[in-house]
Amino acid sequence: MNAIFRHEISSCFTNLTGYVFGAFLLLFAGIFTMVYHLNYQVANFEYVISEMSFVFLIIVPILTMRVLAEERRQRTDQLLYSLPLSMAQVVLGKYAALLCMLLLPTAVICLYPLLLSAFGDIYFPAAFGAITGFFFLGAALTAIGVFISSITESQAVAAGLCFVVMLVNYFLSSLSSFVASSAFASFAAFAVVILLLVLILWRMTRNSTVALAAGVVLEGGLSALYLTEAFEFSGLFPEVLEHLSLFQRFYTFVNGIFDWTAIVYYLTIIGFFLFLSVQSLEKRRWSE
Amino acid sequence: MIEVKHLTKRYGSHTAVSDLSFAIGKGQIYGFLGPNGAGKSTTMNIMTGCLAASSGQVTIGGYDIFEEGGLAKRLIGYLPEQPPLYLDRTPREYLRFVGRAKGIGERDLPGQIERVMAVTQTADVADRLIKHLSKGYRQRVGIAQAILADPEIVILDEPTVGLDPKQIIEIRDLIQTLGQNHTVILSSHILSEVQAVCQTVLIISKGRLVACDTPDNLERLFAGSATVQITAEAGREQVDRLLSAIPSVSQWEITEAGDGRCSAQLTGQPQDGEDICRSVFLAFSDARLPLLRLNMAKASLEDIFLELTGDGQGDAADEPSQFPRQDGAEQEVEQT
Repeated sequence: MNAIFRHEISSCFTNLTGYVFGAFLLLFAGIFTMVYHLNYQVANFEYVISEMSFVFLIIVPILTMRVLAEERRQRTDQLLYSLPLSMAQVVLGKYAALLCMLLLPTAVICLYPLLLSAFGDIYFPAAFGAITGFFFLGAALTAIGVFISSITESQAVAAGLCFVVMLVNYFLSSLSSFVASSAFASFAAFAVVILLLVLILWRMTRNSTVALAAGVVLEGGLSALYLTEAFEFSGLFPEVLEHLSLFQRFYTFVNGIFDWTAIVYYLTIIGFFLFLSVQSLEKRRWSE
Repeated sequence: MIEVKHLTKRYGSHTAVSDLSFAIGKGQIYGFLGPNGAGKSTTMNIMTGCLAASSGQVTIGGYDIFEEGGLAKRLIGYLPEQPPLYLDRTPREYLRFVGRAKGIGERDLPGQIERVMAVTQTADVADRLIKHLSKGYRQRVGIAQAILADPEIVILDEPTVGLDPKQIIEIRDLIQTLGQNHTVILSSHILSEVQAVCQTVLIISKGRLVACDTPDNLERLFAGSATVQITAEAGREQVDRLLSAIPSVSQWEITEAGDGRCSAQLTGQPQDGEDICRSVFLAFSDARLPLLRLNMAKASLEDIFLELTGDGQGDAADEPSQFPRQDGAEQEVEQT
């Protein structure tokens, strides 16, 4: 894992992605600091951080597109498979390196409130709380990016797909307000989601029995729930969407609340997508 | 050292390797021989843990490659068909990464890298980016990677493909050097290479092992017939008449070459080769018909290969696409 980590760090710096990533983050941090603190004379650094979350839409795909897709395109994945490393070590090593890439500019951003405090009253707990939330948001998005990079061998496809996923996630809470909130609409929406999941399961495993069984069980369970507790369904789908949004969780940090459940949620997302990445690498050995 | 038992690999409905079993001992150079698409690379990929088999088992030094991958993989160094190189690195950085991944301590690492670079003669390009290196040097860096940390088994998949003749000779010498203290397995569809380098040949066709022996033994076993080729300034009927008078010639095939010339291919019992030549010479000289060419071909590894891999028809003309004649394969027809 150490070998992968060091290799990945140095490749982030040899092929510019590390610099581009850091420069982008710091550029926008600079711009927003100037706008809020120097122009509008606001003393809340959280606003800067809040505005910056959209930067992730652009830079997370840049950071993660290469990480596993390029290995596959260059055929260096064969080297990784034949070395005495487990796929978990490979994914964790790479992810740790990407986290360092995120941590470096975040550490620089941490200096801003300290610097600004010389010219006014900055409420540090809120500022650093927001920065922590920002870092975890970035870490979770990066994990998703790593997974997307693991399923394709083209960097461009990985970047495009990653951008779309980030974008949908970014607008998820606004989109959810357009979804009808009646109980039946929620039921129908869940049914469609389950159908999609079953299709993905079938596509990945090519095992129609398992997919069909999963579909029948899930849809049956859903229908049973709807028939017994139809009332609970009203407005449930938009609510779930809003809770799933990674960005929405981040805004509680901006509002000055250090939300431990959000941290746990981010860690869960990280664990889940890294697990999926490992599985995706393992699976490639079976189907290649 | 390596044991492969009932290995099968299916891609959907296509079976790339079917029920392949063999064992590989210590300290020899083994050659995997087979036409393109015979399943050589697939087998090697499974042996090194890059691919999972549909069924069957591979053990390396007693460790199962699937169950105890970490331990088994420490015993092997693998160079896939396309050298897995990070193009934006220098060979030294690349080898440092591989060395660390193979668990070499920081203290031993520079020494180990120097050693493999000396063996593969890559020391003078050690600090140039791999993307600027020629194919031959890239191949060497790939081999350097495989022999780093001194694994007991070195597996090389088509190590000389795409190299110029001089580089091929250098890589072959390198492989022979490696064979002195490693078990080397290499795959190739070039017969002369396998014949020159390997002590044991495993011939694979359509995912099955069809022969496993030393090149000499294979030649002896499969020397099914003696073949003599002649060209004479004579008509078809004359040649036909003369040949039918020679008892040791069991079969012949005449082609007219134009300008009043005829070529013929004669086959007889393997021990009768020289006898056929003698009789043909005397018969044609008695008839005062000039022989322009008379040469005896003995069954070479190439014929054995074609016979074993060509649906049992054993005819080179039937399988032109399966076996591209490359690099000196022609020279193997020994001439007398």
